[in-house]
This record gives sequence, C-alpha cells and structure tokens, in this order.
Amino acid sequence: MPDTAQTQPASNKPKIDLKMYGPAIALVLLCILGFSLNTAFLSEGNITNLLTRSAFIGIIAVGATFVITAGGIDLSVGSMAAAIAGVMIILMNSLIDVLGTGTLTVVIGAASAIMLGALAGLANGLLTTKGKIEAFIVTLGTMGIFRSLVTYFADGGTLSLSFEIRGTYRPVYYESILGVPIPVWVFIMVAISGWFLMNRTTFGRYCTAIGSNEHVAQYSAINVNKIKTWTYVIQGLCVALATVIYVPRLGSASSSTGVLWELEAIAAVIIGGTVLKGGYGRIGGTILGALILTTIGNILNFTDLVSNYLNGTMQGLIIITAVWLQRADWGSKSKT
Amino acid sequence: MHFGKTIFAGLVGGVMAVASAASAQDTIKIGVSYPTPTHAWAAGMNWHAEQAEARLEALYPDIDLILINSPDPASQASALEDLVSIHAIDALVVLPFESEPLTDPVLNVKESGALITVVDRGLSQPGIEDIYVAGNNPELGRVSAQYMKTRLESGDNIVILRGIPTVIDNERFDGFMAEIEGTGINVLDHKHANWNRDDGFEVMQDFLSRFPDIDAVWAQDDDIAIGVVAALEQAGRTGDGMFVVGGAGMKETIRGIMDGNELVPVDVLYPPSMIATAMDVTVAAFKSNGPVAGRYILGATLITPENAEAFYFPDSPF
Repeated sequence: MPDTAQTQPASNKPKIDLKMYGPAIALVLLCILGFSLNTAFLSEGNITNLLTRSAFIGIIAVGATFVITAGGIDLSVGSMAAAIAGVMIILMNSLIDVLGTGTLTVVIGAASAIMLGALAGLANGLLTTKGKIEAFIVTLGTMGIFRSLVTYFADGGTLSLSFEIRGTYRPVYYESILGVPIPVWVFIMVAISGWFLMNRTTFGRYCTAIGSNEHVAQYSAINVNKIKTWTYVIQGLCVALATVIYVPRLGSASSSTGVLWELEAIAAVIIGGTVLKGGYGRIGGTILGALILTTIGNILNFTDLVSNYLNGTMQGLIIITAVWLQRADWGSKSKT
Repeated sequence: MHFGKTIFAGLVGGVMAVASAASAQDTIKIGVSYPTPTHAWAAGMNWHAEQAEARLEALYPDIDLILINSPDPASQASALEDLVSIHAIDALVVLPFESEPLTDPVLNVKESGALITVVDRGLSQPGIEDIYVAGNNPELGRVSAQYMKTRLESGDNIVILRGIPTVIDNERFDGFMAEIEGTGINVLDHKHANWNRDDGFEVMQDFLSRFPDIDAVWAQDDDIAIGVVAALEQAGRTGDGMFVVGGAGMKETIRGIMDGNELVPVDVLYPPSMIATAMDVTVAAFKSNGPVAGRYILGATLITPENAEAFYFPDSPF
C-alpha cells in the first residue's frame, strides 16, 4: 500500500494488495465493533460459536470458489444440502433396525451423503458442459428439484433423526478436539486442501485460465469440459461435507433447511476477493468472507441499537462496503 | 347476517327437501382450497383436512368434499375457478395464500352462489365470507405471558425469539408485551428467529453469550423452541428452573409435555387442525338445524400435561 502513487501501468499492484488485505481488515474492524458493543463478543464461547457456525457456509464457499473462478455459478447448493440431509436422515433411521445405533450406521450415512453430493455435482457439471446449458439455468433448475425433493421426502413436514442414533452422531457437531470444535477442524482441513488445490496444482491454474478466457484455454489444450465438470463435483463434495456436520446439530431437515445458503456462499466468495465473472480466485479470502458474514449476524444479535427490521439493511451495507473497499479505484493521491 | 340470504336460503331449502332421498345427483359439493404444504404446520393442516374429509364423507353420504392445494396465489385463483366451473360447488372452504390477490377470486365464487368459509387469513375486503375460522394470535401472546407470570417473579429475566416480521408476529408479540407489562419481569431483548430451528439455535446461542442471567425463554413457536433447547443444552444452561414456551402444537412438543419435560413444560395452541373445524362448520351449514354463519376465533389453549392427550395426533406430520 505505501507505494501506490504510480502511473497507470503499475496501478494493478495496489489493487491486488487491497484484495489481499481488504477482507482481513474488514473482519478486524467488525471484531472491534463487536467488542466495543459488548465485551462478551470476544468471550471464548462466542468465538467458538462463530467459528462453528461459519463452518457450513465456509465449506460450501470453498467449493463455490472453484466453480466461480472457472467462470461458472452454482445456485443449487442450499437445496442440495437440504436434500442430502433428508436422504441421510431417512437412510440412517432405516439402518437402525439392521445395523443398530453404533458408529457404522453413522459412517454409512455420511458416506452416502458424500456420494450423493458428488453425484449431484456431477449432474450439474455434465448438464452445464455436455448439455451446453448455462450454469445459471442448470443450477436454478436443480435448485428447484432438490428443494421439492426434500419437501416430498418430509411429506411437507420435518424429517427427524431417531433419538436412538442421535447420541452416536451428536458429538460430530458438539464435541471438541484440542479445544477446537470438530466442525471447525473440518473447515480448516477443507480450507487447506482448497488452498493447495487452487494455488499449487495445475487444476487450480486451469480453473483460473478457463475463467479468464474459455476459448484461449481450449486452444491451449486444456480439457475445459472436464475441468469445469470437476469444479461442480468439488462443489457437491463440499456441500455433502457441510451437510454431514450440519445434521447432528439439530438432527432434522425440512424445506426450510439451507434456504439462501447459495447466496451466502456466493457472497462469501465475492467478499473474499474472487471475481464473480471468473478468472481470479482466492480461497483465503473466501474463508474470511464466510467469517465476515457470520460475524455480521452475530453482532446484530449482540445489540439492540438497530431495529430488528433493519438487519437486512445492515448486512447489505457491510457487504457492499467490504467489497467496495477492495475494488474501488482509490486514485493516486488517496493514500501515501 | 351478511351473506346472500336468498341464495343461501334457497340452497338450504333445496338440500333439505331432498336430504332424505339422498340420491346421487343431489350431492352437496364443498371445495376445500389451501396452499400446498411446504412447511410442517401446513403439512399438518393438509393431514387434518384429509382426516376431516374421510370422516365427514363417511358420516354424510351426500356430502362430497373436494380438496385442492395450490403452490402459489395465481394457481389458487385458477383452482377456485375450476371448483366453480367443473365441480359447481355449493360451498367453498378457503385458506388464502395471500389476502390481496385472492379477494377477487373468492368474491367470484361467492357470486356463483356458493357459501364461503375463510380460514386463518382474512380477505382484504370485509363481508365476503359467511363463516370465518381462525386462530387467535394476540391471545397466543397473552396466554404465553400469563404462564410466564405464574412461574417468574419480579426481577427475573426473559428473552424473546420472534417469528418472521409479519402482522401475525406483531400481534403475538404485542399481546405478550401488554400482558407482561408492570410485572417487573425484564425482557432483555427480542430478535427474529423466523419460525425456524436453525435461526432459533443461533439467536439463542448469541443471547446466551450476551446475557449471563436468563430465567426463561419465550420462543413463540415450536420449531424455534427446538433450536433454543439445543442451544441451552450445548451451553449447559438447562438447570435452575430454566424453561422455554413455544407455540402451535407440534406433536413432538406435545409428546414431551405428556412425558413431563421440564424444559418445555407447556405449549400454546395455534392448531393446523383449524381447517377441520372450518370444514365441520361448513358442513353444519347444510346439516345443522342451528345457524352457523359468523366468526369462529379458536382459543389459544394452554397445553399442559393434564390436557395434552386431546391435542396429540401421532400420525400427523406436525
């Protein structure tokens, strides 16, 4: 940031710097705001709650970073999570009679969730690439399909995990290892794998290349369809993983599960500095974006200064400001 | 009475004249229209409507109930037109998706001569319906507050989790606040949890971090209450006589009350079975020798271990 006062050609550099640190600065500012409103904001309990809560959107957003970087979009993630949660609950409930209430039932439930996620992602990917339908339309369609499936499975009501199996599965959300809750561990591992895949492998570079210019990538002998399909499979896997740690929280799925998660995930990705039209992706930024979104909601619950009816306004303002901070052309004289 | 007297009288007269004969052509057709169930409460309503249909048709062979659910206001308007043109219904029981867009379609049904029963959500123009059946939102808030008063003393602290910002939510909240006023019970804060388990869980987690001393929670709704209970258990703050009051009458909650759950000891009724009440009253308009037109506002009964049995429907999805 110090050496911003440059002429046109060099003006790329400060922008990248702001993209690097913008989300982190925004998060620190939010934390200061939260702490000044109520010191309990930085209590261990609240920080743990915040991180655990961010895990769902965070994990899904890591997958979304790949899809968006490669120039795609996936609107179906929230509904997909609900549908997977529904199938998982039905499956585990019916397995109790056969396999009992032990770990095996939960493992099979989780494994089938992962498989379903991969399959759902594969369907989105193939319809987009082989079917040559715009990703927006494909995933808008599957969003409706997954959402109505869970409503159908639940007979319009709520699917609940049997109480006998809940005890076995519950620790996956509520227990901690080395003082860190299990969902946060999963979040950390997904983040590290995502970062490695994006920044240290040819796959990550191909995603960026395709998002920048699909035709050029094609001519550079990149198998565009294959890479793009894989981004949707990764997205599906991330959704499944998020679902596996979501289900033990309340042990239920209904048509209101995962509503608007797709928009939160996309918002987290963009707040983090990834470009919505593709070609530039930042996993680290996405993680911060997810934390920022959760923190906003948390802070609004910590204060009664703002009318409840204006929560959406506050969220919107903070999101727009966070992105504006890193995108706006700050000119040559603004900071020296 | 504000219904089309002549038409109605004619209808009833005609029906009565042939009721004993009960020939097939003289079936009384009653259309029942409501939104497609997409959440648990509505699924419960669907279930109760089907139960009432089976029961009433078995009781009266000349009554034919036609159940139709619609996914949005426009389809519900079309469904109402079909009920008139295809089925030539004698009466309509309708739970409107939204008041505004369905007022005219219901008015058209009325002009065809049918008896109109409106359930839960009123139309935006008064005087269209002959019969109105609804739950009582202000009363739900008041009854919840009354129960709180029996358990708490001046100086005790409560938090409130509200629903989706709507008139229904405001009525419940205002009813509660009016009743709690002057008791010395502190309402620490109130936030919207959108009648949703996940939001209930997160809002309650934040309340627990923010307020070290909470004595009771008004969750207003059984789904929110499930999230609240999970947050309380996670934080280990279920002791010291802590209790949660929800609302609606979900079967799991009522089961818990029957089993003596101390954390959620009572519930306040806002029953999806009100559709069945409406169907009963509508059929009574053709069968009873007493007048039935008017407004039926159901009580927001406090469900306790003593009376819970009567509100427990294990086969209903809600």
